[in-house]
This record gives sequence, structure tokens and C-alpha cells, in this order.
Amino acid sequence: MSVITLTLNGELVSARTGQSLLEAIRDQGVKLPTLCHLDGLSTRGGCRLCLVEIGGSPRLLPACTTEAVEGMVVVTHNDKINHYRKLILELTFAERNHTCAVCVSNEHCELQALAAELGMDHVRYDYLDPDLGMDTSHEKFGVDHNRCILCLRCVRVCDEVEGAHTWDVRGRGILSQVITDLNRPWGESETCTECGKCVEICPTGALFDQGASVGEMKKDARFLRRILDGREKRQWQR
Amino acid sequence: MNAEPQKVRLATVWLGGCSGCHMSFLDLDESLMDLSEQVELVYGPLVDAKTYPENVDLCLVEGAVTNIENLELARRIRTHTKIVVSFGDCAVTGNVTSMRNRIPVKDLLTAVYQQARAPIGPQALEVLPALLEKALPLHQAIRVDVFLPGCPPVPERISAVLDALLKGQEVELSPPLRTFG
Repeated sequence: MSVITLTLNGELVSARTGQSLLEAIRDQGVKLPTLCHLDGLSTRGGCRLCLVEIGGSPRLLPACTTEAVEGMVVVTHNDKINHYRKLILELTFAERNHTCAVCVSNEHCELQALAAELGMDHVRYDYLDPDLGMDTSHEKFGVDHNRCILCLRCVRVCDEVEGAHTWDVRGRGILSQVITDLNRPWGESETCTECGKCVEICPTGALFDQGASVGEMKKDARFLRRILDGREKRQWQR
Repeated sequence: MNAEPQKVRLATVWLGGCSGCHMSFLDLDESLMDLSEQVELVYGPLVDAKTYPENVDLCLVEGAVTNIENLELARRIRTHTKIVVSFGDCAVTGNVTSMRNRIPVKDLLTAVYQQARAPIGPQALEVLPALLEKALPLHQAIRVDVFLPGCPPVPERISAVLDALLKGQEVELSPPLRTFG
């Protein structure tokens, strides 16, 4: 495996060939915010929070979908990047109805925590107030589309880790919505194995356990690493 | 003899909210004694003043702007106040108050006053101030100087903001003190 050299925030650092910029940056201990990215799942580049400035490029690029290459000059934090990250979060909040005070994931939500971390104290845009529904037809779980940020972690974990591919997406742009079994109610899904992986890796209160009340939905995405490590080391085979 | 230093003229206002932010304000407990030495409370639910006064230095505004009365008061606040603080999630984001926004006002009033078995009937509509089409965060109605999120903001947040403002400093809340919810 060959080693490459790039300039990160003014310092020369090493990375491995084929690594994504996000991996290379995080390997150096630099924190980059992400919402759609989760180690172990395929890369999506949807949330755009890991935008970085790359020498020679007139626009900001997402670090997760950009490969680290020799000689690259990368800046991860400056006023321009911070401005756009905050703007993206504000648009995300304006697009659906993220009312934190009455959310099952209040105080355990990645979106809520990132907003505070990145200095978002209000939203400058008009809220769209869409009339999105909920699906509580499943015996164990529920989905509140008002809380969904379309990170598609649920779609990917269901397909790539559980192998069920119950989740998919319909519509385009802000009309996109995650669906189960070609838009049948979740409770009537013939493919759902009820494993709960989608619920556990959802960064907001969009997917939740039935019966969870405000602030009760605590999630732990670390299980995914344990599963994937186990697979890699063949711990599950007799 | 030196004249006593002039106290900061403080107002608190309750628009379309649940008064939880005011309850949290009262939870400042003994700090209220220190505060009372620095400020003169000139308007609010805890003061018997009918009209929002002139020359207010600092105003904490709780609640979203939901009806024409709220809107008129918000505009008067802006005209007569140096520093306006958006106090709590309803003022900052619209929060629970704005959850009605996806329902047309006519349908909402019909459901609440005409169809529901409530102790108040259609006659209430004759005296209630007209609802705005949407409940608005305060900064969509008037210019806001400081945002104090939280539902309600815990006393530590309120203290942090008041301390900074009374010392004439810029408000910079740390991440744990600026979450919504």
C-alpha cells in the first residue's frame, strides 16, 4: 500500500492511496462534521457537512466522496466553510418539522447536537411546514417523516448489512421520502426482518421504537462496527 | 451626594408560548435578588402595566408571533427597546406553537371552536384576535438582537445571557447552552 502526502490546514501529512479525504483527515485527528456518513456503510455525500476547500477547485467538495491524492492542498475549517455548514443545517431545519422539544430523540439527536456545535442559534429561512405523515403500522417501530433528513443510512444499512433491502426512496429533491416495500405500510412489509438496525443508526428521531416518549429514544450506532468487525474476522462462522 | 446609578429598564413579554420560559426565569431563584438590584422591571406578566413602555433597555420575548395582537406588540417592542432577546424555542424557532402551521387557519378554528366539545363556542371567535396564517418565530416579525434557545431555556442559560448583556458584553453561549429543545 503506497503512501501519499498532502497538505492539511497548512501542514504536510501522510495518507494511504485510495483513502477518502474524510478518512485521511480524521486519521490526523481533525474533526469533520457528518450526518449521512457512517463508517461501515457505503458513501453517499448527501448531507454536505464534510465540505472542504481544495486548492485549485473553485467550489467546496465533500470530503467523504473525494479521494485523497498526492499533493492535494486541503483546508477543513475557515469562515467560508463554517458559513456554508451552518447554512446547510439551517436549510435542513427549515425543510421539515424538527421540533426538538417534542421529539423522541431530544438530547440524543445528532442533528440537534451538530446545530449547537456549529453555532446555529436560529434559522434565517422560512420554514416550509410540510404536511408529512407518520407510519406506526409496525408492531415494534415507527417512522416520522417530519424528522427525516434523508441521510439514507436506514436504506444503506438495511441493504448492505442486513441484506433485506426493505427501505428505499421515492420522489425527488425535498419531496423525497424513505419508504418500505415499494411504499407499503411498514407493518405490512414482507421483507423487514425486524432487526432494528435502521432505527439504531438513524441520526434523528425519524425512526424510533414504538412507545418511546420525548427524549427516551437513545441510539447507539457502535453496534454496526461490532457486526462488521465480526464479519471481517469470521467470528460468526462455525 | 452621588446620584444612584440608573437601573437597566427590563421588560419580559409573553406572546404565543406556554409561559414555561417565564417559569424558568423565576427558577433563577436567589439570583433574582441580585438581578433586582441591577434592573427595574417595567413590563411583563409579573408587572401591573397595561401598555408596553418607552425607553426599555432590554426585553426578553417569549413565544411565537401567532396573532395580530402579538404582531402589534412585537412591533411596539422593537420601536421602544434597545436589545430584544428571542427568549426560548417558540420565539426562536416557532416550536410547538408553530406546529399548527401545516393546517389552514380556517380549518383550525372550525375544529377548535365549532366542532370540538369545548367550554368555549363560536362566540369566542368574535373577541379573539385574528390568527396570522402562520405562527412566526420572532425574528420573522421584527429584528432580534440575541437568541436564547431552549424549551424552556434552563436558568443557567438565562443567567449567562443576562450577565453578559448587563455587563455590556456580546452574548456567546457555549454549545451545551444553545441547543434547541
